[in-house]
Amino acid sequence: MPNTINIILVLLLPFISFLLLGLLGKKYFSRTAGIVGTLLLLIATVLAMHTAYEYYFVYGKIEGLYHSFVPLQFQWLKFTHSVSIDMGLIIDSISVMMLVVVTFISLMVHIYSLGYMKGDPRFSTYYAFLGLFTFSMLGLVLAANIFQMYIFWELVGVSSFLLIGYYYEKPSAVAASKKAFIVTRFADFGFLIGILVLSYYGDTLNFATLIERLTAPESNEFKLAVSSTFLGMSALTWGALLVFMGGAGKSAMFPLHIWLPDAMEGPTPVSALIHAATMVVAGVYLVARLFPVFALSTPVVLEGIGWVGAVSAVIAAIIACTQTDIKRVLAYSTMSQIGFMMFAMGVSNYGGEEGLGYTASLFHLFTHALFKALLFLGAGSVIHFVHSNEMSNMGGLRKLMPITHLTFLLACLAIAGMPPLAGFFSKEEILLAAYQHNKIVFGIALLTSGLTAFYMFRLYFSIFWNKPYEGHSAHHGEGGWTMMLPLLLLAAGAVFAGFIPFGSYVSSDGLILPTAFHVTFSIAPVLIGLAGIFIAMVFYKKSTTHPNKIAATINGVYQAAYHKFYVDELYLFITKKILFNLIGKPFAWLDKTVIDGIVNQTATVTQSIAEGIKKMQSGKVQSYAIYFLMGVIALAVLFIYIW
Amino acid sequence: MNLLLLLIVPLITALTILLCRNSLQVKWTAFAGSVVQLVLALVLLFVYRAEVVAGNAAQLFFEQDITLIESLNMHFHIGVDGISISMLLLTAMVVVAGVLFSWNTNKMTKEFYFLLILLALGAYGFFISFNLLVLFFFLEISIIPKYLLIGIWGSGNKEYSANKLVLMLMMGSALIMVGILGMYYIGGHDVDLMHLSNISIPAHLQKILFPLFFIGFGVFTAFFPFHTWVPDGHSSAPTAGSMFLAGISMKLGGYGCLRVAIFLLPEGAKEYGQVIVILSSIAILYGAFVTMMQKDLKYLNAYSSVSHVGFSLLALGMLTQTAITGALMQMISHGLMTALFFAVIGMIYDRTHTRMVNELGGLMKVMPFITTVLFIVGLCSLGLPGLSGFVAEMTVFVGSWQNDDVFHRVATIAAAMSIVVTAVYILRAVGQVAMGPLKNEAYAHLTDAKWNEKLAAIILLAGILSIGLVPGWLNDLLTPGAEIIMNRITGK
Repeated sequence: MPNTINIILVLLLPFISFLLLGLLGKKYFSRTAGIVGTLLLLIATVLAMHTAYEYYFVYGKIEGLYHSFVPLQFQWLKFTHSVSIDMGLIIDSISVMMLVVVTFISLMVHIYSLGYMKGDPRFSTYYAFLGLFTFSMLGLVLAANIFQMYIFWELVGVSSFLLIGYYYEKPSAVAASKKAFIVTRFADFGFLIGILVLSYYGDTLNFATLIERLTAPESNEFKLAVSSTFLGMSALTWGALLVFMGGAGKSAMFPLHIWLPDAMEGPTPVSALIHAATMVVAGVYLVARLFPVFALSTPVVLEGIGWVGAVSAVIAAIIACTQTDIKRVLAYSTMSQIGFMMFAMGVSNYGGEEGLGYTASLFHLFTHALFKALLFLGAGSVIHFVHSNEMSNMGGLRKLMPITHLTFLLACLAIAGMPPLAGFFSKEEILLAAYQHNKIVFGIALLTSGLTAFYMFRLYFSIFWNKPYEGHSAHHGEGGWTMMLPLLLLAAGAVFAGFIPFGSYVSSDGLILPTAFHVTFSIAPVLIGLAGIFIAMVFYKKSTTHPNKIAATINGVYQAAYHKFYVDELYLFITKKILFNLIGKPFAWLDKTVIDGIVNQTATVTQSIAEGIKKMQSGKVQSYAIYFLMGVIALAVLFIYIW
Repeated sequence: MNLLLLLIVPLITALTILLCRNSLQVKWTAFAGSVVQLVLALVLLFVYRAEVVAGNAAQLFFEQDITLIESLNMHFHIGVDGISISMLLLTAMVVVAGVLFSWNTNKMTKEFYFLLILLALGAYGFFISFNLLVLFFFLEISIIPKYLLIGIWGSGNKEYSANKLVLMLMMGSALIMVGILGMYYIGGHDVDLMHLSNISIPAHLQKILFPLFFIGFGVFTAFFPFHTWVPDGHSSAPTAGSMFLAGISMKLGGYGCLRVAIFLLPEGAKEYGQVIVILSSIAILYGAFVTMMQKDLKYLNAYSSVSHVGFSLLALGMLTQTAITGALMQMISHGLMTALFFAVIGMIYDRTHTRMVNELGGLMKVMPFITTVLFIVGLCSLGLPGLSGFVAEMTVFVGSWQNDDVFHRVATIAAAMSIVVTAVYILRAVGQVAMGPLKNEAYAHLTDAKWNEKLAAIILLAGILSIGLVPGWLNDLLTPGAEIIMNRITGK
């Protein structure tokens, strides 16, 4: 059985770090906050790894099948006798894997920030926020109840908001943090309605029961959910679709991706943690968590997920080729890679060999976390050194920053899918899964991996080769060991993680999935990747005018890609023109003039009537006598003629 | 526990205030009195819990019945259930906080605090009364102080706002009064709530009486389209006045809608349920969009109140047990949150002398405590888990979703859409006020919250967090009452 105390500690230690540093940090930990936070997280990471070891090798596998445990569960909020939010911890093959990823990457970022954020006036706040984020993400991963997941999902959103807006005096950071929160919030609205739909028909909020009921064709819940339709789709399909909308928002899938590139306003280690390695994969994790429902009950939605992933992957890759801010290139690359994970889910089925996409997707999540965090932290070192995000201010840095250069190169090779680095194995599996199920998606994926290799090496050559470095001389070197150690550890991961037989640990049905390696199949992707690298080398190894010429020849396409296909403008149009001018303004006007106008008019009318009848009370006896007489006559008429 | 204590303490406090010699004595008396009242409310909560645990399943606890006017059959019938206790707690917390936030009042301090306590007295009486006439009496007691509080200590267009507020509330009262008269004859010259709930009122009479009560109480709680006193009233009121309006007065209305209109007239509620749903889902979205356009922080919070209160009215219109519980939770949550929001606005205004969003900026640097509270309150307003708003709104949504027809579903989705709009206006306002570069050089020397403000904020935050983190206790408190009301609706 799982060691509950350990798992609770993994979850709570980052929270303790948040409380401690958030409440007392300014007074007592203004300089030691980093060490306190890092130590707490170190313990959490060790415990998480211990849990993973125990799960995969000691108790998790019973008769060849990975089991799911819920070692702790208590009722938090009861809605009806059957529907309640039960806070619980779920321990299964994917949550344990995520525990390791989240704590490890977070630890790396904690260590790295010791150097990177040194001397920041809000050092303790920064670490408090990191703790809050880690706690929320772990809570999301461990959630045993869909509403519990939603709770932590929102907390993840707010910690991301706080960290993007960390440099709150910078207007662009404030704008970016708001954008991130609001766009993902919009997606969460879908998620929430999805939860309402699924929980209504499933009559529970607990994942295990929910999945069981909604995938069993003979259960009453399933029958009801399939037979109730709205606008031609069954309630079940609606529910799954809306839940996925939440996942698409958090995972920056097209067209809900617009917040991710702007999120780069946060401190670079934060980008590594949140916007590359952990939070953005929450959507993939959500799909994985509910995978049986998607695969068995709503294959239509699953196919849609595949397409959304494929489209996001290719669009992001094209945009990444044109961006000049190195963090933005990495941001689009993240979006593209998550697209890979999504369509891998989309081309998968439930169970056995058919479930290859599922395993591949999570494998890629795992390896991507390592090399993407490495890329961001490397980029952080570069930015720390050059004090700029723009490629044009860089170049020729390979001699000045040898460790960064080496690790960055490894990460680029890994993400480009070069054997035998980690990215090669996971991407290979994804491509194979795509090839077996959907040839069009496979084609898109192949194209995208070529583009990936191109833009990553465009980035690499522009930073480390190209023209000689012209900036100030290296007065502070590459950064201390705190910044180098995470790079080296992550690089080791990026090199060796691919050799993990992932299918033996994570599969759609909990059984071991033997992943055979096909040499012949991998020739094409590797060649395409090499071609991408080669083109990038020709263009960017030395400072040439080729790129500008090419850009000029395909000016229209280039401009569109450079402006991110104008999706931002579209959003701006919708919010500014429609929400504010077409809805907000008229409503405000309506309230002031019409509704409140009626109230004021009532008052005015009452007043004028009162003014009018006031004159009757004149105090003149003669006029009272006339009223009296008229009254008598009226009564007389009444009595005589009407009665 | 003798419930009369809940009335005696504020009465003594109010009278002592009149005897005080200087403003310091007044403030401390008011503070002491309101703290005692808060302690009483907490004791009441624990005594009630103990009774429930011991197996007491009565509908009303600690009942007392004192005959006031024999010929009119008017009894001073008081008692509490979980719902009243939660409202009493809310009131007591808001009163303590309001007293603390008014610490800087210099103008006619004695009268100011006297009126505050008097208003509170009205609310306490209202929540424990189970005779319609007594209930009405306390409702009226709480109106007049508002007029004076806004008219004398207010700001801006205060005479207009005070008139508008009181006249609109009086209109509501008039409708309620007519309703009570109707009940007087239907109930055989007895307007005791418990008595009325035991006789069967013919459906056609319920259909006539229900709108009177629901609109009457609805005016108090900003039932769309009778909400226009809210923005003007709040913006002109002094800080404590706004806090009391949002935290206490609006709750009188919501409580009345439930306890009187729906509880006594379930057939009427079923008849008009859909109308309530339509109007409140309009209020929620419409209020949110209007909020988005506001530039004055107080107007912003006032319109946001219209939107948030819409959730509790929507839930009442949904007529399911979970939704009713959610409606009550939303009332409590909204009371705490909005009171604190107004307090924060007051603190900012006291220092910068402006409430216009575009004239503020970068205050995080100079007032870390105040802006942190602003952040938390803002996040509560947009429904962040861990804070009370989330729990309440989610209960409302789940409860609403239990009606499985397209009409109710669409209304719920429309209402849920407001969580996005809320995020827009809250982040715009909070981002502008707290974040960004410091807008005005002069702000650099401003001070952060003082002890009284910190204490008050912490009391309200404690409420918000205790509901947000461990919602179970509030849910347990409200469920039995909601169940009784639900049984009336389903006819069990």
